[in-house]
Amino acid sequence: MSYLDLLKLASPEAIIAVTALAVLGIGLASMRASGICSFAATLGLALAIGAVIILPQQATLLHGMLVITPLTSLFKIICLALAFFTVLLARSDRSSRNPGEYLAMLLLATIGLMLLVGTEELLMIFIGLELTSLSLYIMTAFDKTDVRSAEAGLKYFLFGSTASAFTLFGLSFIYGMSGTTGLTAIGQKFATQSMQPLLFVGILMTLVGLAFKVAAAPFHLWAPDAYQGAPVPSAAFIASGSKVASFVVLGKIVLVGFAPVHGSAAWHAMIAGWSPVLAALAALSILLGNLVALVQTNVRRLLAYSAVAHAGYTLLGLVAGGRDGFSATLFYTTVYAFTLVGAFGVVALVRRETGGDDLTNFSALSSRSPLLAGCMAVFLLSLAGLPPLAGFFGKFYLFSVALRAGASHGLLWLVALALLGSFISLYYYLIVLKVIFVDEKPQPETSPALGNLGEGGDFLQRLTLAVLAAVVVFFGVMPTMLIARIIASLP
Amino acid sequence: MIAWTIYITFAGAVLLLIMPRVFSRWIALATTAAGLVTSAIALFQISIVDLATFNTIVRVPWVPMLGINYHLAVDGISLTMALVTGLVAVASVLFSWDVEHRPNEFFFWLLLVVGGSYGVFLSADLFLLFLFYELVIVPKYFLIAIWGSTNKEYGAMKLTLYSFFGGALVFVGIIAAYVTAGSLDLQQLAQFQFTAQLQSWGFPVLFIGFAVLAGIWPLHTWAPTGHVAAPTAGSMLLAGIVMKLGSYAGLRVAMNLFPEGFQMWRVWIAVLAVIGIVYAAGVALRQRDLKFVIGYSSVSHMGFVLFGFATANVLGVSGAVLQMFSHGLIGALLFAVAGRMVYRRTHTRDLDALSDMGLGRGLPFAAFSFVIASAASMGIPGFSGFAAEITILIGAWKAYPLAVWITGTGMVLVAAFTLRALKQSFFGEVSAIALGGSAAPSGGAKQFSTSPTFPTSNAERSIHLPENLGPITIAEKCGACLLMFATLAVGLYPKLLLDRIMPAVEAMRFLK
Repeated sequence: MSYLDLLKLASPEAIIAVTALAVLGIGLASMRASGICSFAATLGLALAIGAVIILPQQATLLHGMLVITPLTSLFKIICLALAFFTVLLARSDRSSRNPGEYLAMLLLATIGLMLLVGTEELLMIFIGLELTSLSLYIMTAFDKTDVRSAEAGLKYFLFGSTASAFTLFGLSFIYGMSGTTGLTAIGQKFATQSMQPLLFVGILMTLVGLAFKVAAAPFHLWAPDAYQGAPVPSAAFIASGSKVASFVVLGKIVLVGFAPVHGSAAWHAMIAGWSPVLAALAALSILLGNLVALVQTNVRRLLAYSAVAHAGYTLLGLVAGGRDGFSATLFYTTVYAFTLVGAFGVVALVRRETGGDDLTNFSALSSRSPLLAGCMAVFLLSLAGLPPLAGFFGKFYLFSVALRAGASHGLLWLVALALLGSFISLYYYLIVLKVIFVDEKPQPETSPALGNLGEGGDFLQRLTLAVLAAVVVFFGVMPTMLIARIIASLP
Repeated sequence: MIAWTIYITFAGAVLLLIMPRVFSRWIALATTAAGLVTSAIALFQISIVDLATFNTIVRVPWVPMLGINYHLAVDGISLTMALVTGLVAVASVLFSWDVEHRPNEFFFWLLLVVGGSYGVFLSADLFLLFLFYELVIVPKYFLIAIWGSTNKEYGAMKLTLYSFFGGALVFVGIIAAYVTAGSLDLQQLAQFQFTAQLQSWGFPVLFIGFAVLAGIWPLHTWAPTGHVAAPTAGSMLLAGIVMKLGSYAGLRVAMNLFPEGFQMWRVWIAVLAVIGIVYAAGVALRQRDLKFVIGYSSVSHMGFVLFGFATANVLGVSGAVLQMFSHGLIGALLFAVAGRMVYRRTHTRDLDALSDMGLGRGLPFAAFSFVIASAASMGIPGFSGFAAEITILIGAWKAYPLAVWITGTGMVLVAAFTLRALKQSFFGEVSAIALGGSAAPSGGAKQFSTSPTFPTSNAERSIHLPENLGPITIAEKCGACLLMFATLAVGLYPKLLLDRIMPAVEAMRFLK
């Protein structure tokens, strides 16, 4: 394989890398060129999406270090689209002083996500994880004027690097047992080997790092602070792009690499393997995330705890396993990511106008800006799983797959728990909506600034939010459009 | 053609979002009227023979990978429910003619409730039915929390959480049925033989989940608080349509899919239903707030519906369906009088305060409507309530003779609290207070110990208020007449609907 071939097949990543450097250069040349920077970034992302589309749908590079399959193409597009929306929404964030550097970090993180999605090899997975994480640590701590941003960055970094260490250690065990780093080869190796305790240690440690990335309890402790303290676009990207890619790679690892050690999480019929571990993580996340979210008064913190709960729901599909389970997980996490980018976009605009993102800052939003209020209602109700929004269909799909998986409804306990969780979650989403729609009087001290929210805000951000809300409604009404693609792309 | 009720209603809702507020109520009226006309034409145009089975009208693949179809079907039961939806929807728009606060949003949410209800009554796909069923939840919350009155945020949240809790139970039942039978099509599922083990737990989960919305005792407590907190149109929709969603879906889904489970559990349903009838009537007797009286009466009347289901014979179940129709009209009318005609003018619903006003003279039309509604509610022959309840009781006599006796006492209690509410609200003795001033403070001090000034203002009101009350508007008169006409028509000629309901009930599986 020549380098030209490599460059051609890895052109989306290359485009993003070049764009990142260009944006960095523009930022250096002029400190105030935020408009040009974000234009260049969006252009690069759009070009990369185009490149993914026109590339061949099936290729293997460097013995599986990089692969192109319909699945990787689809999720590269999704990650790029999420980055695209994040860049658009980031324009409203006044706090970022060095827009070039910020956007370059975001683009580098995007490359990490694309590598994560587009590989079937343990080493590349780790490199992708690290590239994403390091960029995201910087993005989290980017707001130098805000002490909470620094705190969030430090917490995220400390927890994250520990989790990465665990994963690397776990991967080394896996490599030691199987003698290979390719996921498919590992799967074949384990299918013939007898189970050894050391293997379970390896699997467990690998899962720790990935559970950290998807913010599943009890590895979620960084999430509330990172979501609340980080600049809003960073939080949006952590909650969306990073999560989607992590679920893709988690699914690949457990369903391809660890397929022979699936185990069973069915009630009364637990069999050792990774699925009971994931089931336990899911159950804990659902309970803890929803219960703690009940008492939050800051919208970003509330979204963080609800993200923990949603990670729990999403894990259900992987616990169920198989092609159906994976596609349900992928559908849910994709929809969730678009929803959360939108929700953070609303938070960003509200924060810019009112100076905060507590519940009180949202009061009577519907009278100040019906569009923002309507979009937020769509996003939150989709998260709560109400029809006709995408979250409703995602939950239906996930739960039906989970119930079908075990013999004689073995996973009913987990499904019932998840339903209990979504019942609880409706309460706190409704509280936010109540503040937005029902409360009449805005807070007196914030009212002078409120006038801007009605008209003066940025047109582009509003359009982006409307598009995201439309996407959420569209995937709820026509879920086939996405599910058919996901199912077709799964082997 | 009946499918257009759904499309028109949602189209109207979307239109409301973009049109200026002066048109809002007219758009809402036109939309709901179109829905009513469509459902009425559909009910009387389709021949009675065709209404005996659940016939497909639209069937389009929606999510083929999961076997989900956009599938609508009708039979006599669903068309009856569509008709009552149309009637109550038009009336509720007419009774919210005076909404000035964010009218576009108000009618938007209202139309979502109506459209979702049409959807539930016409769905023949389990997923679609559940989608419409859940779609109704959030609009109810906003209707109550924004435009409601007493304790509105509490009432709205309680109602929403109860509904969603029921929805979660239903979700479990639906998924269990789906993954077992591999289909979501109600027509196919109605042929599928589920194992006895699944039926024994699947039925109670599904039925109780749906029955939460129907106000089954002891999960009924959302109903009185929700009804009281809701704006007039909100309580009309709640009592008139939304509670029927639960009972309809319980019949269409839970009972029809899991007939053996139903046979296992039906005695318990009968027990809960009878307790609900008597208990709610007893509680209503002690209420001082007029809307609470009506709210509990709704629970009591819905108890009859569940009782009718539990009889598991054609007469009982048909009577239950007729009772759903009948109570939809009566409940809506009672709330319309209490909420719009009385409360909007007097700003009180306290029976003691109302009894001092002599509203019977001040608002003769309201008094007339309330008398008609009370008579229908008590089950006076000639009104739909009588036709429905007598059918249920005849059916029940074969199944549970003892329960019929207990229900009889419930009916006496219903008559008692209805008459009490009627007398106190409209035919109180004004002269006693206006003349004998000494009587008012002593009575008032006991009841309103927190507000010592109240007795005097009360006495003043009793003299001045009757003249200050605005006249009953044309819109109110139209709405009330519509409901009264419908309840009288069905009461005098119940065959009109029973002929269409009974064949459809006979076709259901749990009877065989």
